[in-house]
Amino acid sequence: MESFFSRFRSELVLALLLLLQVVGLAAQMGRVHYASREDGHNVRTVRAWSAHTITPLETFLVHVGGGLRNTWHGYLDLRHVRQHNRDLQYQIDQLRLQQAGLAADARQGQRLQQLLAFKQQYVWHTVAAEGGGTGGGDQTRILTIDKGWTDGIRPDMAVITPDGVVGKVRDVFSDSSQVLLLNDPTSGAGIVLTGTRSRGILHGIQGGRLQISNLLPDDRIKPGEPVVTSGGDRVFPRGLPVGAVRSIKVDPEHQPYAAILIQPAANLDRLEEVLVVTDVAEQLTKAALAAGDDGDEAGKKASDVVAERLPGLTDNTKPTSGAPAAQGAAKEPAVALPRPPQAIHADRYSPGYIPPASDLTPGAQDTQLAAPAQQRTSPAIRPPKQAAPEDQP
Amino acid sequence: MPRRSFVNRHELEEHQFHPVVLLAVPLCALFLQSYLPHIWQPLSILDLPLIAVLYFSISWRNRIAGTMLGTAVGLLQDLPGNGYIGVNGMAKAIVGYTAASIGLKVDVDNVITRALMNLGFCLLQSALLFVLQRYLLGETDYAAQPVHEVIRAAINAAVAVPIFLLLDRTRINEYA
Repeated sequence: MESFFSRFRSELVLALLLLLQVVGLAAQMGRVHYASREDGHNVRTVRAWSAHTITPLETFLVHVGGGLRNTWHGYLDLRHVRQHNRDLQYQIDQLRLQQAGLAADARQGQRLQQLLAFKQQYVWHTVAAEGGGTGGGDQTRILTIDKGWTDGIRPDMAVITPDGVVGKVRDVFSDSSQVLLLNDPTSGAGIVLTGTRSRGILHGIQGGRLQISNLLPDDRIKPGEPVVTSGGDRVFPRGLPVGAVRSIKVDPEHQPYAAILIQPAANLDRLEEVLVVTDVAEQLTKAALAAGDDGDEAGKKASDVVAERLPGLTDNTKPTSGAPAAQGAAKEPAVALPRPPQAIHADRYSPGYIPPASDLTPGAQDTQLAAPAQQRTSPAIRPPKQAAPEDQP
Repeated sequence: MPRRSFVNRHELEEHQFHPVVLLAVPLCALFLQSYLPHIWQPLSILDLPLIAVLYFSISWRNRIAGTMLGTAVGLLQDLPGNGYIGVNGMAKAIVGYTAASIGLKVDVDNVITRALMNLGFCLLQSALLFVLQRYLLGETDYAAQPVHEVIRAAINAAVAVPIFLLLDRTRINEYA
């Protein structure tokens, strides 16, 4: 026995280490997935140690690199700066003019959204963070940022850049956090194709690409169609740019669904600074809703507003006070309803042949129905009256 | 420059390194593996921890030491990632064990041999990771990318050769 252990000592060590790691993997697979965890303090201790060890060094290197770049761009490489300054000043003047017009359009858009009771989320508060490191390797897409729990970062917060969505916060440590990028295979986001209004789920695939794989092939989906967040995942505010359709083809592994590849709007391979959405605001607050119920013009239902502006069947010039309304109810509405022409030879299929249910007796013979329409005295089966010339449309 | 030569079987089988080197090189490889893709994302194709494991395993020519080093480096490599902790640990433990076994039988100081070993072990690790992810963890979406893995192995082999030459200078020649 002793010779067995001494002879196969290295193999036994290998087997023991592999067995221990298999047990460790089994223990991890039994836990709740990281992305669904709400409490940022319950991160794995070893991952926290790793972050505490690596992040300061990465942050230092990032700052050194940034300092060198700033020195070069800010003090050394200043060619054509005056010309650029003049060009930029001209652009600012032009943009100010455009801004005035856009501000008016924005106010009008907000009023219309309030009228239609859109409950849309907007990015309210963000925290700027600097990317420091990655997950290492090309299998995982992780970005380490230099803001953590003390800066108000919490798990599942959306991370964006001015170009588009980047990902969401996964693990939060005291002074750093790990962001799960959109192109990680375990990541996902609810999206809308703006052209077709098709809703889908975006996720990463191997090679750091983005794909929608739960939509059926649709000829209307064309390359270049913009993709935005739907807001249905409760992580990303709706309407944020995600990217554009790069290609669409039938997914051979998940037929009949299509594999729609997406070109991300943000450069996920080169993230210097990102914004963590720490708070979102709902445009239509309860206070606004209450104000709308008080009879405010802005609080009217969209259908009422549309009914007022479109030509309708009712006379909009009529007074709408309470007393005349009762009188109006007694009057016949002055409406020119279309009526079918009178039948030349009336039969049981002619209009008005069938008496109303209130005139029929349960269990009685259907002799009434068998009689010709002209012989019956019920007003219901009387031939329809010829419309007056003034009623004809 | 002193010419290195093997004077007995012991020196041929095992090379010695300063403890600082043994600690700093793998940690440096792990850090660069995490940091370099941030500077330029295509650099994520490199596997510097694997190169470190291979170098020390074939230099020590000790299976147990290679297995332990591969396990430790693999586990540390799993920490900053998004996957389960232990996948790289298992793959690199097997790679370390195999590299130490082969290091006893072939001339690992030859440049061509080193390049071929790096190529082969990189492919072996890719195959192990595929088996572990696909069959042990049941991730059916984990697809094999043979062309990508061959390119990756070739690039790692090309990078490993100069790194091996640099690391050769850290050996302690007890009989110099």
